[in-house]
Amino acid sequence: MGGENKIEMGTSENGFIKRAMVIGGGIAGITASIDIGNAGYEVLLIERLPSIGGHMLQLSETFPTLDCAQCTLTPKTVETGQHPRIRLHTYSEVVRVAGRAGNFSVQIRKKAAYVDWEKCTGCGLCQQKCPSRYPSEFDRRMGLGKAIYTLSPQAVPNKPVINPEHCRYFLEKKCRVCEKICPVGAIHYQQEDRLIEEKVGAIVVATGFDLMPVERFGEYGYGEIPDVIDGLSFERLNSASGPTNGEIRRPSDGRIPKEVVFIQCTGSRDPERYMPYCSRVCCMYTAKHARLYKHKVHDGQVYIFYMDIRSTGKGYEEFIQQTMEEGILYLRGRVSRIFREGEKIVVWGVDTLTGKKVEVLADLVVLATAIVPHQETKTLAQILGIHSDSYGFLTEAERKLKPVETNQEGIYLAGCAQGPKDIAETVAHANAAASKVQALFATH
Amino acid sequence: MNYLYFPGCTLYTKAKNFDQTARNCSLLLGFELVELPNWTCCGATFPLATDNLMALLPPARILARAKEQGEVLTTLCAICFNVIKRTNHLIQKDGEKREKINQFIEMNYQGDLKVLHYLEILKQEIGFSTIQERVKKPLNELQAAPYYGCMLLRPFEEMGFDDKERPTLFEEFLTALGARSIDFPYKIECCGSFQSVGTPEVATECAYRILTSAMRQGAEVIVSTCPLCTFNLDQKQSDILKAHLDFKTIPVLYFTQLLGVAMGLEPQTLGFEQNAVDPIPLLKRKGLV
Amino acid sequence: MKKLGVFICHCGVNIAGTVDVKRVAEEIGRTEDVCHSVDYIYMCSEPGQQLIREAIQEKRLDGVVVACCSPSMHENTFRKAVKTAGMNPYLCEIANIREQCSWVHQKEKEEATRKALQIIQATLEKVRRNEKLEPLAMSLHRNVLVIGGGIAGMTASLDLAQGGYEVILVEKSPALGGHMAQLSKTFPELSPAFPGLLAKASEIEAHPKIELFCYSEVEEVKGYIGNFEIGLRKKTTYVDWTRCNGCGLCIEVCPIEYPSPFERGLGVRKAIDFLYPHCIPRRVFLSSTQCPYFKDRSCGRCAEVCPQRAIQFDQKEEKIERKVGAIVVATGFDLFPNEKLGEYGYGEIPDVIDGLTFERMLSPDGPTRGRIQRPSDGRVPKEMVFIQCVASRDPDRYMPYCSRICCMYTAKQATIYKKQVPDGQPYVFYMDIRSDGKGYEEFLQKTIEENGILYLRGRVSRIFQEDGKVKVWGVDTLTGKRVEIGADLVVLATAIIPSEGVKELASKLRATVDKHGFLTEAHIKLYPVESSTRGIYLAGCGQGPKDITDTVSQASATASKIQALLSTDKLFQDPLIAYVDETICSGCGICVEICPYEAREMDLRRGISVVHSALCQGCGACIAACPNFACELRNSSSIQTLRMVDTFI
Repeated sequence: MGGENKIEMGTSENGFIKRAMVIGGGIAGITASIDIGNAGYEVLLIERLPSIGGHMLQLSETFPTLDCAQCTLTPKTVETGQHPRIRLHTYSEVVRVAGRAGNFSVQIRKKAAYVDWEKCTGCGLCQQKCPSRYPSEFDRRMGLGKAIYTLSPQAVPNKPVINPEHCRYFLEKKCRVCEKICPVGAIHYQQEDRLIEEKVGAIVVATGFDLMPVERFGEYGYGEIPDVIDGLSFERLNSASGPTNGEIRRPSDGRIPKEVVFIQCTGSRDPERYMPYCSRVCCMYTAKHARLYKHKVHDGQVYIFYMDIRSTGKGYEEFIQQTMEEGILYLRGRVSRIFREGEKIVVWGVDTLTGKKVEVLADLVVLATAIVPHQETKTLAQILGIHSDSYGFLTEAERKLKPVETNQEGIYLAGCAQGPKDIAETVAHANAAASKVQALFATH
Repeated sequence: MNYLYFPGCTLYTKAKNFDQTARNCSLLLGFELVELPNWTCCGATFPLATDNLMALLPPARILARAKEQGEVLTTLCAICFNVIKRTNHLIQKDGEKREKINQFIEMNYQGDLKVLHYLEILKQEIGFSTIQERVKKPLNELQAAPYYGCMLLRPFEEMGFDDKERPTLFEEFLTALGARSIDFPYKIECCGSFQSVGTPEVATECAYRILTSAMRQGAEVIVSTCPLCTFNLDQKQSDILKAHLDFKTIPVLYFTQLLGVAMGLEPQTLGFEQNAVDPIPLLKRKGLV
Repeated sequence: MKKLGVFICHCGVNIAGTVDVKRVAEEIGRTEDVCHSVDYIYMCSEPGQQLIREAIQEKRLDGVVVACCSPSMHENTFRKAVKTAGMNPYLCEIANIREQCSWVHQKEKEEATRKALQIIQATLEKVRRNEKLEPLAMSLHRNVLVIGGGIAGMTASLDLAQGGYEVILVEKSPALGGHMAQLSKTFPELSPAFPGLLAKASEIEAHPKIELFCYSEVEEVKGYIGNFEIGLRKKTTYVDWTRCNGCGLCIEVCPIEYPSPFERGLGVRKAIDFLYPHCIPRRVFLSSTQCPYFKDRSCGRCAEVCPQRAIQFDQKEEKIERKVGAIVVATGFDLFPNEKLGEYGYGEIPDVIDGLTFERMLSPDGPTRGRIQRPSDGRVPKEMVFIQCVASRDPDRYMPYCSRICCMYTAKQATIYKKQVPDGQPYVFYMDIRSDGKGYEEFLQKTIEENGILYLRGRVSRIFQEDGKVKVWGVDTLTGKRVEIGADLVVLATAIIPSEGVKELASKLRATVDKHGFLTEAHIKLYPVESSTRGIYLAGCGQGPKDITDTVSQASATASKIQALLSTDKLFQDPLIAYVDETICSGCGICVEICPYEAREMDLRRGISVVHSALCQGCGACIAACPNFACELRNSSSIQTLRMVDTFI
């Protein structure tokens, strides 16, 4: 894993390279890579973070079955890591792409991990002993991470990187604890970014999504009220491997919230101020959040502010029905302001079905913020020469009949980079992208 | 340095103390408010119906006349400021409306006047640091709650006064005077004054919520920028007392009155007699009068 | 004595929150032949698997029990893991302490811990007697059967053919296109549906790798993944399609007209006609129930004028047999019949139509040439009511699920109506507006704002005819008021249901369907296009309602899965199947009758029963049925099972 063992490259007689590059190691990229790999072609999987899994690895349980996300995903990450035809380039970015279908030249930047992954055994001692703690991005800044870290104990590849912004050695030129403790001498503070060149015949772009930052919502306190969090943060609170070991405790004081307000369409469906589109997953994950919360805090009360309930997938409507039966209060209306008053968070909204103003004194507020393309998607689109729309989502060749193709032959799309999708749709979309790669290779 | 000044009707009657203190303070800060000649009522509401051109004519006239006199127009009343500033914005942006309005008022005004609130003059033209230097009687940690109301801030795209969800200008001003600015969630909520005549109980209830919220956060005085807000928050306290037995009154002052105190103006020139809840005991307690 | 290892997974808090995993590991560790017993937060993760691999190698284990979730989740994962450590994978067994223990006993921690101990002890009993087994290798056919010639089946076929695989495409109607051929324009771009579809159909017709059977149905399916044997029935068109050139002379002379099912009753077709104008293949077919020749031989004009002599009144059905390696089921949808909706007039009010019927009316090649008019009197409707969620999202009376496309097509139809009848007023009754696809929300906003379409959030309680109008009684839940509209035309967005005959087909394929008749996928997230039966894949609305975009993605996804499957020469199957102790078998044949997979056969020469290893699914029916105890299941022998039971009593 992470090694430089060259994979044999398939090439047809006319020089068409039958080897694919998948950009993005979330569930979309993993699915596409395994599909292409299983069909007998080599795959380079490029991931920006130190390990694969993407946002799905941050989720606790998934709708509508309430299956544990770790349980469904980790076998796939393990399979990817061990696949004989998939080569992982994690902690890497695509810098330059030239050429065309069948013969793309790609330059990849392998970021300095400051750890020699060839030597590292993934024993984890360095992480245990590292004295520098800071808010972990993976845990949405609710828990503390170390300066030398893996994203999770189950990371694939299970090799750490050092974040120089937090490492005492890089900041103050002292410490060196990890270097001293490492039994195999894998710490390498002088490591530098490396550029490598690769040749591929097709590219799948699966760069995924981000959430619109809570800081952008003035009416909801500009992200400055600690107990107003976003959906992914709530996932981490719910997750057994999260900062609270799966107990629902609010970030400000660690108390178990008894009144929780969920606000859907935060930043979505709001053409005047934010994003005009629907983020597609929030209705379902909010219902899921509400149920998971109720399962853990039996005497808690949940309020959900919604515009329309969108539960269009298989088994989704039934899931919502059940959610409502569990005593969760759905209020059709928007929230105009949230502010702190003492230990409570005051939520002002309206219930359009009664036409009345509603005021809820909540302990925790969860915003289902809009899904936006990952911030680097736009730059990548320019590197690849493919179109993106005004929000930054990558544009498919034709909405209906060519949903994974792009304006460039040999470059395909998978997952949320093309537009918001749930996991099932993402997997199908990624399968479809893989199918197109296979067809491209088969016809040359 | 002089600034063209549009007082507005209320400042000649119920809010005379607002007008007087502002004029006096200007002189101490080295500028003069030059009253716009032949001013008329601004109309007091910006029309929300798109075809209500008539309501735009009074503020348009005010603007056009001001432009003949200078480049900047300032005002104190938040409502006047809202109406005039938005009309100016509309004339600037909407060519069709601009033409129609100019035909009606038989003038040629392009929307190129700068409309500034008095607070903006203090911040942008004078500078809060200058004010801080000129303060003779620092307000001694007086716990003052800045009440913006809604007219200064919204709609943000047209007013551009400050961040609509979390403004800070007023707080900076109070801090410069040596007061301790109190943050409270209702500072940008509507005071309900438009309901004072039709459904007064609604307005009273709004005032109650705003005042008690500020007091819970430790406010000793509410500071206002608008005669209508002041009327509703100050005068209505007697009505609140009838509805809420546990209510404690709190003085409501114009920001210019506090500025006057800090600049060392004589208390008798500050028009406290027009305030319904007497601020003098508080100011005495704080050693400010 | 074997050396056994036990690995207990916390599954986050899923198991560890209820079962005292530390205690379990410790107590199990005291068992005599267990020389390794540990717990870990996620055993399925890489470090978890590494724990297992290391223990196998260091302690030379010859049996492993992983106590975790259901074997349907991770049996494969762990068997693969032990294999890489050099152990025979069939010496690894799963003790399910999640679904069968921690999840169902969340409030009884002590009892759950004891039960977990028992489950692990029982599984240890099994492992003690497990044999080393090797997977069964089978050859496979590297071609594919696609059932359904709508956009899903067409996309899957083309993808597979482009990938180099031979495809047999079977469509039950006489032409390709499915329901998409009936649509006017598609949301959200309002672009015509037809040209793109036609291009695909032409490509299929001409593709050398695709064998197309229209007007045909799958009669019989035998076999298993890699080796399906298919029986097709080619229905009689009474036209020799190898001769017919689609000139259409026969249509001109045919004297019989009847309501066309394709036009949803709005238009007519001749007894001999195309399925629809411009259809592909461009071939006519004859309806024997309408044609006078079949009543009294009184007409034969079509045969007389046909320059190709293609009419064959005596044509017989044909049986065709094929062998394929994989099957795509793309059987599509139907609409819930209006006739079952009492409150909306039981389908008896002519001016109350469903969404597809309105599509035909909007289609330029449809019966009204795209003109919107009332079916009853041909007048242009000035007030139109669209009702969404008709029979959808109604668990008490109709379908509990959301049909997914109605919000968007209703908005589309209302927009087209408003463009055609600018002084008309469309009303849309809705429950929630669901526009969650790319560009959908924007389309809907525009529709509502620019086109003056009145959206009313509420349900309709009754529809009836009065004074030449269709009266609609409904409620607007946002004002809480009752609403009455005198409409000229009412369009019902009726629920999407699986197309007719899918249940029968599914039973032939041994694929499962849900209670509504939609085919079920293997895993809703990670295997959305695989069916419950290996080698059979799902595409399009047969699996659940979806729009064209999602259907196309899903169809391409099936193609990807199949290409991966067929890229190897051999398939491997678990050897956990029945075997016969030939010294005991008396040849009674009971097992042959009872086997649901046709995997048991009599060896007439030896007079005993044998197992067809490729067909056997290891269900155990023959073992229970055998009067002599001559059958056993590999690694689930009677003695193993009895010992397992013993641990519980």
